Amino acid sequence: MLEITDLRAGYGGTEVLRGLTLSVGKGEIVAVLGSNGVGKTTLNKVLSGVQPARSGAIRFNGQDIFGASAKTVVSAGLIHVPEGRKIFPNLTILENLELGGYCRPKSARRTNLDKVFSIFPRLKERTTQLAGTMSGGEQQMLAIGRGLMGEPKLLILDEPSLGLSPLLVEEMFTLIRRLSDDGLPIMLVEQNVVQSLELASRAYILENGTVTISGDAAKLKDDPELRRAYLGL
Amino acid sequence: MYSPTIILEALVNGLMLGAVYALIALGLTLIYGVLHIVNFAHGALLTVSMYLVWIGCEYFGLDPYVAILFVTPAMFAIGYFLQRLVIGPASRGSDNGILLVTLGLSIVIQNLLLAGFNSDTRTIVTDYAFGVIPLGPLLLSQPRVIGLAVSVVTAGLLWLVLNRTDIGKAIRAVAKEKLGASLVGIDVAHVYAMTFAIGTACLAIAGGLLMPSFYVSPTTGAAFVLVAFTIVVLGGMGSIPGALIGGLLIGVVEAASSLFLGDSLGQIGIFLIFILVLLFKPTGLFGAR
Repeated sequence: MLEITDLRAGYGGTEVLRGLTLSVGKGEIVAVLGSNGVGKTTLNKVLSGVQPARSGAIRFNGQDIFGASAKTVVSAGLIHVPEGRKIFPNLTILENLELGGYCRPKSARRTNLDKVFSIFPRLKERTTQLAGTMSGGEQQMLAIGRGLMGEPKLLILDEPSLGLSPLLVEEMFTLIRRLSDDGLPIMLVEQNVVQSLELASRAYILENGTVTISGDAAKLKDDPELRRAYLGL
Repeated sequence: MYSPTIILEALVNGLMLGAVYALIALGLTLIYGVLHIVNFAHGALLTVSMYLVWIGCEYFGLDPYVAILFVTPAMFAIGYFLQRLVIGPASRGSDNGILLVTLGLSIVIQNLLLAGFNSDTRTIVTDYAFGVIPLGPLLLSQPRVIGLAVSVVTAGLLWLVLNRTDIGKAIRAVAKEKLGASLVGIDVAHVYAMTFAIGTACLAIAGGLLMPSFYVSPTTGAAFVLVAFTIVVLGGMGSIPGALIGGLLIGVVEAASSLFLGDSLGQIGIFLIFILVLLFKPTGLFGAR
């Protein structure tokens, strides 16, 4: 579905991604893990076309999207739900969702809205509320709902559990499982290592802009190197 | 002391002039709200609109109000390409850059107009320039009644575009959340240019409404835009209803101070209000922050 080969990117003289290679297949949840500053957010920005890469290759669904504009990437169905949600605070919930389908034909909007409302009934109750006045958890749901309006073929979720209460984190991970069960491939970018590994089929651990450990999520959970580095065990 | 009729008449006429001010401020506040820059080229572009209306009259025999129909799309296109091809690329994404580029543009435009039309003031002669419409005991200036009506309709249309269309929602989205907008596939450079184009198109309408009763010379726009800046601050930077209400209010204030202090001191009231707003409510009447 998504294949990234030897990707390099950075800001000014600083190289952030140093030859990163990873892939996400159909029906998978792939976790991309790592602590702050290893290049996770830069990777997502490069993938979504808002940050230029220096070299490497990105193929998505058979299409070369290296250097493509954000609009092309979204139209191709690679949808990125960013860290910090980045919803439109001055727009209503309904308007936020409508703009999620900005690149899709208007005729599809009604059915997509119904789909999102069936996943997030709470959004349906409050379509006219300004998005900026919602709680953090609700904003995260709106951000994912907005992403789903773009008819994703693959969804990148950047830190969906960030800033949520443990109960809401649990709810968020259940939701991600549900989306995946419906056939949507997901690239889950997280700092929450334990829960992400439970959810994902495969995982990549980033350090300093490249993949240091990768493999089957269930096996990685018991990897002594990972347990030492991330779990302090 | 003046009779109540005269005072009321002056205030209503001021209200109607304020509507045209509001239209100029509307373009300014829209551009500020989305691009987060004060467009220093606004005055020069108003002057361009007024010249285009004048050319329409002088060379094609168009009534100034009919000329609006042609000048508006022309100014829309000029605004779009100015932002897309000049202001955007030249500023390289820095807000200070945009500020300087628009200031530079205003100087270039003003001098081009000076070279093309010299500094003579141009006017359009119409039969209705001094026409009055009686309303009860009040006599209302005909161009100003038309100005009020067209301004209110334009503001209403603008509101509909911003709230009911996809491009309008995209404009409001980009105003507050650029990255989020890119990630749903909104082309931010296009939205910037559309915003600039709409702001400039408002000037075309204002130019058409002003020409029957004002003159144009290469520096005319600057005077109106100074007032428009005051309105934008009074109404709250970036606020559309603020620009509308602020414009009407400033029109009334100008009329009242002209009446009581004399015509040449009419603008004193405007700047008095400007200073008071800055002192006591710097966010403006409808300011969000």
